[in-house]
Amino acid sequence: MLGKTAGSLYWMARYLERSENNARLIDAGFRIALTRSNTAEAEWRSVLVTAGQDGRFRQAHDEDYSSQRVVDFMLRDPANPSSILSVVKQARDNARTARTYLTREVWEAVNTSWMTLGTLLKRQVREDDLPDVLAAIRRQNGQVRGALTGTMLRNDGFHFAQFGTFLERADNTARILDVKYYLLLPSVAHIGGSIDNVQWETILRSVSAHRAYRWLYGAEISALKIAEFLILYRQMPRSLAFCCERMEEHLAHIQRGYDDETEAGRMAAALCRDRLSAPIQAIFDGGLHEYLRSFLAATAALARQAERDYRFVE
Amino acid sequence: MMRGKGWGISFFDEMTGHGDSGQAGEIRPPYRDYHHWFEREDAARIQRKTQQAEALFRTTGITFNVYGDDDGDERLIPFDVVPRIISAGEWRRLSRGIEQRVRALNAFLHDIYHRQEILRAGRVPTDLISRNEAFLPMMMGMDPPGGVYTHISGIDIVRTGADEFHVLEDNARTPSGVSYMLENRETMLQMFPELFAKISVREVGDYPLNLLKSLAACAPPRCGGTPTVAVLTPGIHNSAYFEHSFLADQMGAELVEGHDLRVVAGRVQMRTTQGYRPIDVLYRRVDDDFLDPLNFRPDSLLGVPGIWDVYRAGGITIANAPGTGIADDKALYSYMPDIIQFYTGEKALLPNVPTWRCSEPGHLKEVLDRLPELVVKEVHGSGGYGMLVGPAASRKEIAAFRRKLEANPANYIAQPTLSLSTVPIFTKAGLAPRHVDLRPFVLMSPQGVTITPGGLTRVAMSKGSLVVNSSQGGGTKDTWVLED
Repeated sequence: MLGKTAGSLYWMARYLERSENNARLIDAGFRIALTRSNTAEAEWRSVLVTAGQDGRFRQAHDEDYSSQRVVDFMLRDPANPSSILSVVKQARDNARTARTYLTREVWEAVNTSWMTLGTLLKRQVREDDLPDVLAAIRRQNGQVRGALTGTMLRNDGFHFAQFGTFLERADNTARILDVKYYLLLPSVAHIGGSIDNVQWETILRSVSAHRAYRWLYGAEISALKIAEFLILYRQMPRSLAFCCERMEEHLAHIQRGYDDETEAGRMAAALCRDRLSAPIQAIFDGGLHEYLRSFLAATAALARQAERDYRFVE
Repeated sequence: MMRGKGWGISFFDEMTGHGDSGQAGEIRPPYRDYHHWFEREDAARIQRKTQQAEALFRTTGITFNVYGDDDGDERLIPFDVVPRIISAGEWRRLSRGIEQRVRALNAFLHDIYHRQEILRAGRVPTDLISRNEAFLPMMMGMDPPGGVYTHISGIDIVRTGADEFHVLEDNARTPSGVSYMLENRETMLQMFPELFAKISVREVGDYPLNLLKSLAACAPPRCGGTPTVAVLTPGIHNSAYFEHSFLADQMGAELVEGHDLRVVAGRVQMRTTQGYRPIDVLYRRVDDDFLDPLNFRPDSLLGVPGIWDVYRAGGITIANAPGTGIADDKALYSYMPDIIQFYTGEKALLPNVPTWRCSEPGHLKEVLDRLPELVVKEVHGSGGYGMLVGPAASRKEIAAFRRKLEANPANYIAQPTLSLSTVPIFTKAGLAPRHVDLRPFVLMSPQGVTITPGGLTRVAMSKGSLVVNSSQGGGTKDTWVLED
């Protein structure tokens, strides 16, 4: 397939995943803003930092971290290239570019997402409508994912798209942890130190895993366990370990299909082997923040390498 | 928006024959079976189907971008559910005329870029070529693979009476609309399957396969084995992008942009995930000017630096051939009957519309005197832009156009306002006649000429309007050619 097409499928998947992750971040932030108005501003700021949009937000709105401003900026500001509306448009543009490689169902699901969001986000979203709009975004993404896994041939194009999805997801989970790591640290340092209930719940909510966590660990709320769950727990579809395994797997499929090993394939294997095999205590001992920073750098390097190996661009 | 003003011209309606000498109100034979079905059909159901069709077009993304709209606003082309029906006999006549015309066009292009016999014989004035912006001196003496210039053409035809067909224009540069022809049929099959069980309509769905075969049959001399065909598009913001991706998809060909291609080892090659792979036939939907920044417009980002040299050396087929656009010139159009006579030795089977060349002082004077009743077009124009429809224009518009025309007469031709035939469209108030034209699609290769039965019927959606171009709000219909 054309390098450009592979790149378009990969970016289409990344942008779709990004829109869904950002919808989750807004959802979690909104919850805190409702329940703890005194910490709302700080929470919105950390949401923006996690989504990598804080710099641009401050250029536009200074320090005015009111719910309405942040939500509108993240949902629909055309001047914000990372707003959900912008991101979904970019997903659709990439889908149009790669259209000959998509099944009709996938294309229509992506196109419908774009049309639906265009309608939902035409005007500023009222607070009481926000949960519905965020749910709609997640639902639309579910449709695209269903069409992808249900109708696409398992050829190189499919694997490039999946690789993009899990790369974006790993990046997102690592960022959430990195922005909140200072909350986790004190409680680890002091045996029996307590972790703020609302805060840990927010972290888990940001990856739609608060119920799964409870189901696994019961009422035992510890920073160590939360970090372990989101980094090393292989059954959790947003954990770093799960995402890395999928990246390795999809790149392995591509390499087999082409009968050609690449540096990107080797890097993905190394990522799983070197960063996700130590127990969680060792990660904390070496510094959680440092660990997450270097993980983010490694995934970024992997993305660049795949782009080169498979000639997404000239 | 153009609005008719009740010009008191009688129109031929293809369903009722109204406006012809025949009995008004009778249903003409090609439409009888359909009309019989329609009479018994519940209007509310058809209304619902119409809305469904629109939603389907949106979801599928069968849209086009209108130039000049901000941020590539995507619009739907209105679709009407009443088919335009052509009898087997009518189609036989039409297709003979179309084939004759396309063969003459191809012979003319070959002549112009080689010995220029037609100019020496004085049948066509030399400056019509030398002043034609689409004339490419670089093509002189160049032999395109298989001798084909017009691989794909669209010949616009209007009907003015029961037996009166005229060619309105020739589109040999990059004719578009074939994807709408195919999607319209697909939509009708989905909406009214029972109709196709009742009425024998000729198939159009094999067009993409015929296109692929026709292009592959024009492979360049240096092609080894099965030819690799690719479609070159300017990209997703081009107004016809849907069509480009649709055709690539249907042919199973790669859809490439300029930045996917490079000249490697004397071949045009595409950048794949596994390295560069050569292309043999490039169906380009990019204008000549943009093909090769090294040899044409240096600021073009759409083309492939060096493709021209590969073409000269027989390393690639470019369809349609560079320089083919001279055939689209409306001043040249007025010479088509002579051109057909010159190369085929026969009279044109399909007549032209009478045309005044504003470059000629006598013609210009007459046109200026009769502006309110004529249609005036730019010679290089397309898409219905920059034209004057005299009877539908205000005094102010006519005065403004008069100044433009006097400033640059050679840029214009004029034609009488044609009484275009009508075909009913479905409205909330029942059937209502609207003006139509027809663009049949023609494929040419060394193995022959293939014309898809029917083509794209464009329809002016507002009452009385004669402008059918989609860029001006026109719609489309499915076109049926009946089996014998």
